[in-house]
Amino acid sequence: MRPEDIAAAGIKAPADVAEYALRLGDDSLILAQRLGWWISRAPELEEDVALGNIGLDLLGHARSFLTYAGSASGRTEDDLAYWRREGEFRSAHLFEQPNGDFGRTIARQLVASFYLYELYTALMSSTDPTLAAISAKAVKEVDYHRDHSAQWILRLAGGTEESRRRITRALELTWPYVGELFEDDDLAVSLAATGAAVLPSALREGFDAGVGAVLREAGLEVPAVPAAPGGGRRGKHSENLGYLLAEMQVLAREHPGASW
Amino acid sequence: MSSAWPLWEVFVRSSRGLSHVHAGSLHAPDADMAVRNARDLYTRRNEGVSLWVVPASAIIASDPDSKGQFFESPQGKDYRHATYYTKSEGVKHL
Repeated sequence: MRPEDIAAAGIKAPADVAEYALRLGDDSLILAQRLGWWISRAPELEEDVALGNIGLDLLGHARSFLTYAGSASGRTEDDLAYWRREGEFRSAHLFEQPNGDFGRTIARQLVASFYLYELYTALMSSTDPTLAAISAKAVKEVDYHRDHSAQWILRLAGGTEESRRRITRALELTWPYVGELFEDDDLAVSLAATGAAVLPSALREGFDAGVGAVLREAGLEVPAVPAAPGGGRRGKHSENLGYLLAEMQVLAREHPGASW
Repeated sequence: MSSAWPLWEVFVRSSRGLSHVHAGSLHAPDADMAVRNARDLYTRRNEGVSLWVVPASAIIASDPDSKGQFFESPQGKDYRHATYYTKSEGVKHL
């Protein structure tokens, strides 16, 4: 379901569903912004195109979710993307993690794509028709993102001594942010009870199985590192998000109402 | 471009096409990645339903310098074509 379709249909999300959609939209928006940095900087031309494609897929998902989220309060996708402050963003900390080297970006992609695949697969049977429709379209794309990150994990792990060292380190740096993705809070619990949302903790098993299989094949360990504090769903973020938003929002704030 | 990323030639068969057509080339570390890169580079607008990738090193090309004798025109060699010959009398189908 495209943002234009949601806006044209005049659908109005219930307040709690809107808050939930905001989380989904923010996760994808922040990761898309991160991936955009790679354009012209990726290790090879082909990978430049691949990361750009993935970023655009995610931006598409973000636009649909944010349009739907804004429908409850009469705000547009642009209002939500460009005119909210850091404390109003609902993304999990994983998505705002720095790109680092190519390996670190791939480790973040592995976690993100395997999580989103489980999430959208489950949300396809949401009792909320808009969430179900957006998820049905998004799931095919994140399935490809899964494949892309898994292929690169295998190659970096089986590449040179240096690439193996780096991907191992990248996974260790990424893993503290896995736990937050599967935390149940009041909103998730109450929406899961109505069938509109899916309980985050219910996605953990599928995620562990999928990611575990990739790491096993690559001969890598699931990192045993302590979890980071999290709090992204409540608007508490790491130092990374402020800088990212400053860059992402500067044009819209310098030239309010500009269109291009 | 490093030797770790050899060149691959990409052939795409479009959804309404009968045969694979050379679409271009790309670099990839191995065949699996080449297919995926080809999907990103050459099928983003639903052009294709089937992809072939071939290591460029596996393709033997005709020598462009020998064009003269190699691709000499069949013009003026009517006797090479069946239509040149007349049927014997009494032959209905040939």
